[in-house]
Amino acid sequence: MRLVKCWFCSSTIYPGHGIQFVRNDAKIFRFCRSKCHKNFKMKRNPRKVKWTKSFRAAHGKDMTQDKTFEFEKKRNRPERYDRNVTEDTLMAIKKIDKIRTRREAEHINKRLKPDKKKVHMEEMKVIDNHISLIRAPEPLLDGRKKIKVLASKTESVQNEAMEE
Amino acid sequence: MVQYNFKRITVVPNGKAFIDIILSRTQRQTPTVVHKGYKINRLRSFYMRKVKYTQTNFHEKLSAIIDEFPRLDQIHPFYGDLLHVLYNKDHYKLALGQVNTARNLISKIAKDYVKLLKYGDSLYRCKCLKVAALGRMCTVVKRITPSLAYLEQIRQHMARLPSIDPNTRTVLICGYPNVGKSSFMNKITRADVDVQPYAFTTKSLFVGHTDYKYLRYQVIDTPGILDRPFEDRNIIEMCSITALAHLRAAVLFFLDISGSCGYTIAQQAALFHSIKSLFMNKPLVIVCNKTDLMPMENISEEDRNLVEEMKAEAMKTAMGASEEAVLLKMSTLTDEGVMSVKNAACERLLDQRVEAKMKSKKINDHLNRFHVALPKPRDNIERLPCIPQVVLEARAKEAAEMEKRKTEKDLEEENGGAGVYSASLRKHYILKHEEWKDDIIPEILDGHNVADFIDPDILVRLEELEREEEQRQAEAEEEDIEMDGEELTEEQKEQLAAIRKKKAVLIQEHRLKKTVAQNRSTVPRKFDKERKYTTKRMGRELSAMGMDPSSAVNRARSKSRGRKRDRSEDGGNDAMDVDDDQQTNKKQRVRSKSRSMSISRSQSRPPAHEAVPGDGFKDSTQKKAAITISHKSHKKRDKNARRGEADRVIPTLRPKHLFSGKRGKGKTDRR
Repeated sequence: MRLVKCWFCSSTIYPGHGIQFVRNDAKIFRFCRSKCHKNFKMKRNPRKVKWTKSFRAAHGKDMTQDKTFEFEKKRNRPERYDRNVTEDTLMAIKKIDKIRTRREAEHINKRLKPDKKKVHMEEMKVIDNHISLIRAPEPLLDGRKKIKVLASKTESVQNEAMEE
Repeated sequence: MVQYNFKRITVVPNGKAFIDIILSRTQRQTPTVVHKGYKINRLRSFYMRKVKYTQTNFHEKLSAIIDEFPRLDQIHPFYGDLLHVLYNKDHYKLALGQVNTARNLISKIAKDYVKLLKYGDSLYRCKCLKVAALGRMCTVVKRITPSLAYLEQIRQHMARLPSIDPNTRTVLICGYPNVGKSSFMNKITRADVDVQPYAFTTKSLFVGHTDYKYLRYQVIDTPGILDRPFEDRNIIEMCSITALAHLRAAVLFFLDISGSCGYTIAQQAALFHSIKSLFMNKPLVIVCNKTDLMPMENISEEDRNLVEEMKAEAMKTAMGASEEAVLLKMSTLTDEGVMSVKNAACERLLDQRVEAKMKSKKINDHLNRFHVALPKPRDNIERLPCIPQVVLEARAKEAAEMEKRKTEKDLEEENGGAGVYSASLRKHYILKHEEWKDDIIPEILDGHNVADFIDPDILVRLEELEREEEQRQAEAEEEDIEMDGEELTEEQKEQLAAIRKKKAVLIQEHRLKKTVAQNRSTVPRKFDKERKYTTKRMGRELSAMGMDPSSAVNRARSKSRGRKRDRSEDGGNDAMDVDDDQQTNKKQRVRSKSRSMSISRSQSRPPAHEAVPGDGFKDSTQKKAAITISHKSHKKRDKNARRGEADRVIPTLRPKHLFSGKRGKGKTDRR
């Protein structure tokens, strides 16, 4: 008995579920339920259908490359049964699963975490633009008085400008 | 060999049908359209063609008949005689002769009329000539109708004759009726001949085939022969006589010992002697049948003597054969002796044929086929094949082992048979430890195939992984702890919060104003219920922003127009109020509906029928009237339980508990 993956959504197919389609070129397509089967018949590309694993992998939503995936590899030659190895393997599977799920969750969290720099920049921008809502502009703040400048000085500045 | 062509003779049509066929063919295959205006040559050729065409067809078909029917002189005398016996040679010949003459007559007629047509001068004359020609031809054929019918019958019967090859090895079975010839035939061949208690069950020859020493023998079953003078015999008996006469075969003369066929041994012996001339040069075997009813020992002396006489006769024909092979006993019912009879007959026939071949001139051509070359021995030393000792020992051991070995099948039978015992296929597993043989090997765990993970050094790798994981986690924690670059100061955080709050308030107010804008009339500023436009408020806000409000407040006050004195006791609310004191009056703290929604403090409302300035009502009576009208408007709908503004409201269209949570592979049409 083997668990296989659905061609469309990549979920595991347990025995007794789903449909298997063999094409004329001998390629086998396995589907977990009629939803995937019907989507396939409609010729939809799983990489473009949002809820499938291949979409998530292709668009970086889910973790794709990790050391935990290397433990699970389909081997074509059957190994001779060894009780100790099997016991160890069963234990290992559980631990690997735990680590893998934790890492996947981390990946998603990281993705959803707000970018600190960007957030900071936005906040600064808000403060800069809208400070006038809570604070009067500099010249009018309490205790400041308007500075009077003599007219002659301004004129001389203008003349200088024109000369140049 | 023509014997198979009897099946391939074409059907002879009935006279009338014959004529129809030919005439319709003429009509279809020759041109049909002719007018009297054509040139005379054309007319003549038109009709000549028809006459010739008809004649040709007749000629063809009649020739086919004549050619396909066998000529009795040219086929094997056995068949010739057989056909004579069945159909009468003379009658047969006559019929064919008539067909031949008809053919010639038709040719003559056609020739004559074509000659006449050459001189036909009009369409009508030519046509008449053609009609006459065809008519005469058809009459000729009509006259031979009975012959054609007879030939058709013969053809049908001939097709059903058994296909006997006169030249191959044949065994002939003859004897009185009901002696057991057909049952013997059924035993040694696959032929299914009718066996019945009455005489003359077999009415014609039957052929079967049997094998002996890798050669195929024909076995021919004949109808019974009675002891009569030759001339009195009927057709059926004549068939068997013919077969006896012409086929070079081994003859099995059947004798019924028990007499249950209805004829005594004496009668049968008499028959034997009368036809013994036919047994010339043929290996003869006398078979005593039905020994189960009467064993050989029990027959009387006279009968015994007769049988001995027959045996003596048979010995004469036998060439060097033993006594045993001439007289045999058997019983077709119990099957004893049947095979030995067959073998004896076949053997005798084979010997005879081989001898005949040896004596013929052609033997020298065949002789090289029979020669076995043997090397000439140069001395008397015997040389046996050499087998090494080891091989002999191994062979002996193997033989012993084969006897001693216990197979799985034996085991199965011991433990109760096929349904009860199921063989343990795990017995022969090759594992490191024997106790593992009974282990249940896990295949699936937690949605994974265990076989994909199996690895002798999985523990090592797992350890590495765990170490790595710890490291990663430590790093992640560090990252969280350390301050990342720039952060807002406390003051900035406060400012940000204040800005956001202010903005949110502004937006909300705007939204409320927006929704209400078209439904409500704009109220002039002097009826400022919310007290937004007071200098006190302005001063408060300005000082919150960090400015000194005094100058602004003074300016506002100086510019105000002054209070208006209303008739109402409450006093008007000025847009720009001068005295703050009056505003502390509770009654003047009237809030518009919109204000009530924005203010968090709860304040008591004035009674509903009291006209507040700014409402839009002159006095309280007017307001009361307005309230009653509004009640009236929705009273009817309420009674009808029609939807009102307060009904059928889904407060939250997408409650979180139904729309959240990942389901993996499951569907979401049921929650």
